[in-house]
Amino acid sequence: MTDPALPPHMRPDRSFQALLLTLQRFWADQGCVILQPYDMEVGAGTFHPATTLRALGPRPWKAAYVQPSRRPKDGRYGENPNRLQHYYQFQVILKPSPENLQELYLKSLEAIGIDLRLHDVRFVEDDWESPTLGAWGLGWECWCDGMEVSQFTYFQQVAGFECAPVAGELTYGLERLAMYVQGVENVYDLNFNGREGDEKTTYGDVFLQAEQEYSRHNFEAADTDMLFEQFRMAEAACRKYLAFGDKGDTHQMVLPAYDQCIKASHVFNLLDARGVISVTERQSYILRVRELAKACGAAWLKTDAGGREAA
Amino acid sequence: MPDLLLELFSEEIPARMQAQAAEALRKLVTDKLVERGLIYEGAKAFVTPRRLALSVHGLPGRQADQKEEKKGPRVGAPEAALQGFLKGAGLSSIDQATIQSDPKKGDFYVAVIEKKGLPTPDVIAEIIPEIVRSFPWPKSMRWGPDSAKPGSLKWVRPLHSIVATFGAEGDEPEVVHFSVDGIEASNVTRGHRFMAPAPFTVKRLDDWMAKLEAAKVVADRDRRKQIILNDAKDLALAAGLELVEDEGLLDEVCGLVEWPVVLMGSFEERFLDIPDEVIRATIRANQKCFVLRNPETGRLANRFLLVSNLVASDGGKAIVAGNERVIRARLSDAKFFWDTDRVNGLASRLPKFAHITFHEKLGSQAERIERIRRLAVELAPKVGAPAALAEEAALVAKADLLTEVVGEFPELQGLMGRYYAEGEKLPPEVAAACEDHYKPQGPNDRVPTAPVSVAVALADKIDTLVGFWAIDEKPTGSKDPYALRRAALGVIRIVLENGLKLRLRETILEAGEIFRLWKINSYFNFDNNIRVPYVLNSRGDYSVIPEYASDGIGFSDWPFIHAASTDLDIFDEIFSAKAFKVEKNGNLYLEVVKNPDTVSRVFSWSNLDSDLLAFFADRLKVYLRDRGARHDLVDAVFALEGQDDLLLVVRRVEALGRFLDTEDGKTLLAGYRRAVNILRIEEKKDGRAFTGPTNAALLKEPAEEHLAAAIEDVKARVTKAVAAEDFAAAMTALADLRAPVDAFFDAVTVNDKDAALRENRLKLLDEIRAATRTIADFDLIQG
Repeated sequence: MTDPALPPHMRPDRSFQALLLTLQRFWADQGCVILQPYDMEVGAGTFHPATTLRALGPRPWKAAYVQPSRRPKDGRYGENPNRLQHYYQFQVILKPSPENLQELYLKSLEAIGIDLRLHDVRFVEDDWESPTLGAWGLGWECWCDGMEVSQFTYFQQVAGFECAPVAGELTYGLERLAMYVQGVENVYDLNFNGREGDEKTTYGDVFLQAEQEYSRHNFEAADTDMLFEQFRMAEAACRKYLAFGDKGDTHQMVLPAYDQCIKASHVFNLLDARGVISVTERQSYILRVRELAKACGAAWLKTDAGGREAA
Repeated sequence: MPDLLLELFSEEIPARMQAQAAEALRKLVTDKLVERGLIYEGAKAFVTPRRLALSVHGLPGRQADQKEEKKGPRVGAPEAALQGFLKGAGLSSIDQATIQSDPKKGDFYVAVIEKKGLPTPDVIAEIIPEIVRSFPWPKSMRWGPDSAKPGSLKWVRPLHSIVATFGAEGDEPEVVHFSVDGIEASNVTRGHRFMAPAPFTVKRLDDWMAKLEAAKVVADRDRRKQIILNDAKDLALAAGLELVEDEGLLDEVCGLVEWPVVLMGSFEERFLDIPDEVIRATIRANQKCFVLRNPETGRLANRFLLVSNLVASDGGKAIVAGNERVIRARLSDAKFFWDTDRVNGLASRLPKFAHITFHEKLGSQAERIERIRRLAVELAPKVGAPAALAEEAALVAKADLLTEVVGEFPELQGLMGRYYAEGEKLPPEVAAACEDHYKPQGPNDRVPTAPVSVAVALADKIDTLVGFWAIDEKPTGSKDPYALRRAALGVIRIVLENGLKLRLRETILEAGEIFRLWKINSYFNFDNNIRVPYVLNSRGDYSVIPEYASDGIGFSDWPFIHAASTDLDIFDEIFSAKAFKVEKNGNLYLEVVKNPDTVSRVFSWSNLDSDLLAFFADRLKVYLRDRGARHDLVDAVFALEGQDDLLLVVRRVEALGRFLDTEDGKTLLAGYRRAVNILRIEEKKDGRAFTGPTNAALLKEPAEEHLAAAIEDVKARVTKAVAAEDFAAAMTALADLRAPVDAFFDAVTVNDKDAALRENRLKLLDEIRAATRTIADFDLIQG
């Protein structure tokens, strides 16, 4: 339950940022390293190397972070109360998955003010798959009173490699969760800073203009020639860096290579939003990104963090 | 007799897997018990989102002891043989063996090996871990630290604890001790995740059920369903509404709760502008809630029923409010889709189909629609539909696939097409065809009856069949990925149930021709990436259409080839050539060097019609057999040449069946067989066939004269009746052969000493065969 001693602006049911801070705090208490967002455009928190790469190999890992996520196709020019082309995911990754992961998750909901005696929380089958990352896992979407508020996944495979051990991944859709606990129907009405009156800043104050501009950009203006070129360059660079770092048994340049894989993936999403990729081409682009992700995964397993020495 | 209680307690099991898993557990455990000689009285499996359980009652306390006699060597056999026997039988000295006497073999040793039966719990402890490790989940996973080890346990979701107890009623049951990957079996379980999370111990089934019930878990899946259904109906009744029952949804939601609590919510009336089916699909698919009907209007009410898993401290207010929020948002989306879809007409979506592949080898959806359009126009007059309406319907019938609502809810395809067509005031026949051209989807689905719907439905299905036949993707065994059997059955039902007279071969050939034109066209346009503007006129001249010169040719603008067969022959040559040029008046219009791969991809057309007709005959047999008709009669009729009018085939089969049930029919069939037997023997003997007209001068006996006359007469009448499609009359006529045939066999010896008479009589027998051939091939009739 929410700490009654908190000042109003720090209550997760009053303030978007307080919700985020509460989750960070909660998972810090569980021993996670609290990371900051990855400094690149990604489609989901899973792309952060702290998840994709760290899920591979034997070394234990616990991390939590917020990740701005870009879905160019979901832009609605700021006119849809629920859809955004840029939104926040809160991501938790625990490797190996702890025995009580479900309980920890439910406690985190309580921490942000969801009373489990009042609300109907359900784990509804949802198998997760990321074709671009060559990853899949089993788990659920977590429902609170019929609304999907999180994704809960036991990673089985990432970048085409079996996860050994398996990591548990939690992804909270922060805007949705905040709308629920704040009782708001339109995302742009969310109270961002928890203040009232003149001091109040809404989600719309922060992001509405960006949603409008980026929707225009994603659907109308994004320079497709440049993007095709960028895709090609990112793909080539990824391969180049992987080749550069490959020392046989060890690898010395995975992370910079993986950055290019992320870049290729985002550029593909932009091209897709512009509608310049046909159905058949689409599959082949996805495949090309997956090949990069797989190569990065293979390289990662040859690094220290990938467990080369521990193995 | 003691009982076994087994409970596998895990994280949430997907609803769709639960029922099957319970059945699998019951079968696996009981089979293994029986295999080990443990016969039980009964078994029942239970499943909730978090537990899979089984009670096996009436088990013996232990396996029966087993006595096995092992024969050994003769008394006085060499030491090595004795030692081998002792070792094999597990004896320490030969004194432990008994000696038996046999009159032939003399005295020899016998070891009686007693195998003590194991206590049942030991057997259970052995078999359960095996079953857990190899449980047939559709998808299973690893978890936790152990998942780093090879061969670690897999389960549908993390498995947390196992209850295994064994004991008779009244006794304190014992825990069956075993462990699976570190999970020790015990007698401890837990109740509802939120309402009773504390662990508690259980004994046998009744105790387990009662304690779970107290801990807010209804273990029996059927009871949960019953509770949901009853409560839902009560709540609906109290609000003056009716529950729209939904068995599939009920199955799913009972797998999402351990303690069902049904609650009613509502949404704004304004959403009732959306068609009921869309509201229902929205609420069902996304929220897994039931909808309610207003019995006065027959339309949906602005209420829904949700099934929660919690007795909430506020009576469910927050839960209802939360669900209402989500449903409001979902319905807003649905309304937005519904409104957006109606801004532009269905036809406005057609160009997009050019970019959607129907099948790699069968072209885009646009090309497919174009083929269906052409075939529908051909079919229209044959099914009594105005060609223009059939054409319009074929063009827009699939357009709803590109609407937002159908994108969201594919199961509403067709229905939405009808709504949108009605909305934009397309002719009602066109609107109906949008919905009905998909039908019938299965043996129990409704068959379209309106002529325009029928034309499009037939065109759609026949195009599909011909297409997949042409690229050799026919169904094999249990594999039928494109549902071609269903398509053929659809054609059969549409034809028969509407009493349509349709020559299938002709229709197939028409569809084939349309395919060929399309293929030729698409070959030039796409296969070689050559954008070839051309037409071929009826004289075989090529000329260039200027407006196509700059760009490719769109689907709606096929450079139409006037289908004189000579023109198509030219194209066949082009297909088989490796390169060709088109010159006219000394100008080179076109030079194509073909890629050998594409050349080999030309359709195989040989026997398309007879091959596909045979498939139809097969499906028709299945269809008629399901309706109690004799499949041998279908074979007997199809064996005749040119049987491609399904309606006539069926009517002929029916008339034949009725005839064969009569005394006349049975006797005539017997006479026919007698004639054919004699013929067969004599033809073999002489190494020749006896066909051809009989010689009237050689008809000496009155009975044979009489028969010859009767055959003449009957053949004429049968032929006439068949031509008039009056099969009952044909059978009546055929029946008149019975008496003369019988009389003939009574009075006349076929194998007369006079060779000329014999030959003439054998020819007469052949005439009997020929006469029946106007009806069916009697050789194929069984029984």
